[in-house]
Amino acid sequence: MALLSFERKYRVRGGTLLGGDLFDFWVGPFYVGFFGITTLFFAGLGTALIIFGASQGDTWNLWQINIAPPDLKYGLALAPLSDGGLWQIITICAVGAFGSWLLREVEICRKLGIGFHIPFAFGVAVFAYVTLVVIRPLLMGAWGHGFPYGILSHLDWVSNVGYQYLHFHYNPAHMLAVTLFFTTTMALALHGALVLSATNPKKGEAVKTPEHENAYYRDTIGYSIGTLGIHRVGLILALAAGFWSAVCIVISGPFWTRGWPEWWSWWLNLPLWS
Amino acid sequence: MIKQWFAKTAGIALGVVLLAGCEPPTAESTQNGFRGTGMLQLEQPKVREAKVAANQAPAASPALPATPPYAKDVYQNVQVLGDLGVGQFTRLMAAMTQWVAPEEGCNYCHVTGNLASDDIYTKVVSRRMLQMTQHINANWNDHVGETGVTCYTCHRGNNVPAEIWFEDPGPRSAAKAGWRDNQNTPAPVAAMASLPYDSLSRYLLGDEEIRVIGNTALPSTNTSSIKATEGTYSLMMHMSDALGVNCTFCHNTRAMADWTQSTPQRVTAWYGIEMARDLNVDYLDPLQPVYPEHRLGSLGDAPKANCATCHQGVNKPLYGAAMVKDFPSLTVEAGSSAMGQLSSDAAAAVATSEAVDRQDAEGT
Repeated sequence: MALLSFERKYRVRGGTLLGGDLFDFWVGPFYVGFFGITTLFFAGLGTALIIFGASQGDTWNLWQINIAPPDLKYGLALAPLSDGGLWQIITICAVGAFGSWLLREVEICRKLGIGFHIPFAFGVAVFAYVTLVVIRPLLMGAWGHGFPYGILSHLDWVSNVGYQYLHFHYNPAHMLAVTLFFTTTMALALHGALVLSATNPKKGEAVKTPEHENAYYRDTIGYSIGTLGIHRVGLILALAAGFWSAVCIVISGPFWTRGWPEWWSWWLNLPLWS
Repeated sequence: MIKQWFAKTAGIALGVVLLAGCEPPTAESTQNGFRGTGMLQLEQPKVREAKVAANQAPAASPALPATPPYAKDVYQNVQVLGDLGVGQFTRLMAAMTQWVAPEEGCNYCHVTGNLASDDIYTKVVSRRMLQMTQHINANWNDHVGETGVTCYTCHRGNNVPAEIWFEDPGPRSAAKAGWRDNQNTPAPVAAMASLPYDSLSRYLLGDEEIRVIGNTALPSTNTSSIKATEGTYSLMMHMSDALGVNCTFCHNTRAMADWTQSTPQRVTAWYGIEMARDLNVDYLDPLQPVYPEHRLGSLGDAPKANCATCHQGVNKPLYGAAMVKDFPSLTVEAGSSAMGQLSSDAAAAVATSEAVDRQDAEGT
């Protein structure tokens, strides 16, 4: 991949968090850095262990490969390799790889002198994962509460964990998260459609400007949030969706053990009407 | 300043509201499936302690020999327990008083000075309930096992068991307006979900089909509606709530209907549904004419049993205390009266349906 003539000026030294100049280099288009090395290490080891785990299982069917967490009886201790220990090491690798990737993003932001919005956004995704396999198991006292690594098996886990609370749609944080996910896609669709409509006028006419875009929404709903604002909205909607997803699962078990419909009794019992 | 103050206060208030609905992170979990499947039961230690305290079986007095004279020879109008020795008979009567009418005593059912009289409706009901208890212990081992049931399993010292059900007339709404189709309101029977509130009438008195999942990946042959599914869900919510367990106690929810992926408890529960239906149809509902008005539901129906009537929030009633072993007369069916005749007819019907059921359970 050729380096474009103007790209060189962005490849400045420094901005590293760890390792100083030692890992401050590029391989092709990719910045490496200390955290690039650790990302590779953890991702490589984790993937190898998943393949090893699959080899110990009874199927090579990609959909059905399953690397399950330990039995609850092991609590927060280490489990034998073939009885959930592998899951524990793979989890360490995953957290290591995701964290390294996040810090590599931070280093790149520092080199370029831009804000940390991207590593922050990625951090919310990492937080959601860590909530599932570290925070919630810690709160519930056993690594066995983490989800299994497998395409179908993790979905089966999601189903059963939902039914542990009888009807998960009554989980208030789940309601928020679902609403935010849908709102995110709606905002992206509206934004994408607006930009494409302004840049695709009738044949022969000049491309329209953001003023036209603003005017469109002022005419439609009386207000336009503007070119920068729409991206703030998009980011906060998307991050809030991920954040409330993490909340909805971390409250299920550690902070609520019964059916979610029953949780709403506080509403039914408000003195206003009860 | 004011803005900051407002933001802080609002933040704290929101935090308090959010935390108020929380339980402490002290729940204990019990795994009941392969690791990583998420099949487990959760319970707060405090909740469990309270439940254990509330579900203790009373101790039985020492057993007595079955020696003559027999109750039928000494007393009049003994239709069910006549073959007991007088000592045994009196012991059981005393136990029943403790189980059902500890405050009112013998006269809750018996006319003072004329024990043989059937003039008080509670005596007629008790006799039928004795037959029902015997019927359960004799014919429903698939559900009650060797543990069995006694009057105390449901009554717990109350004249009327705490957990009974009547036909639910639903919330009042103007004629033709606000049609809810028996749902869309918090239903206590469905653990407060807005699922149908008439599921007990449909499945534990009526015999509406509970199974709604198709046998094929595509809905080519399955004609069950979403509404039927909601009815099933409501019944399942009741079962979970009544037993103090969640759905994964019986089901691996990836394939709710598949017996090979379900836990053994699901088989017991399946017989439980059949049993509740049998008891409601043959024993509880037909008692309607016997009851005074204040014992009937708002629609005039007799009190009936559901899973909670015995279980009362515990997956094994009274945490599996086997009370009936101290009262063997409650484990065999005896009956000669008109009511007794009804009972043996029902038993025959049950025996047949049980045989079919067993084939079903094993075949699927």
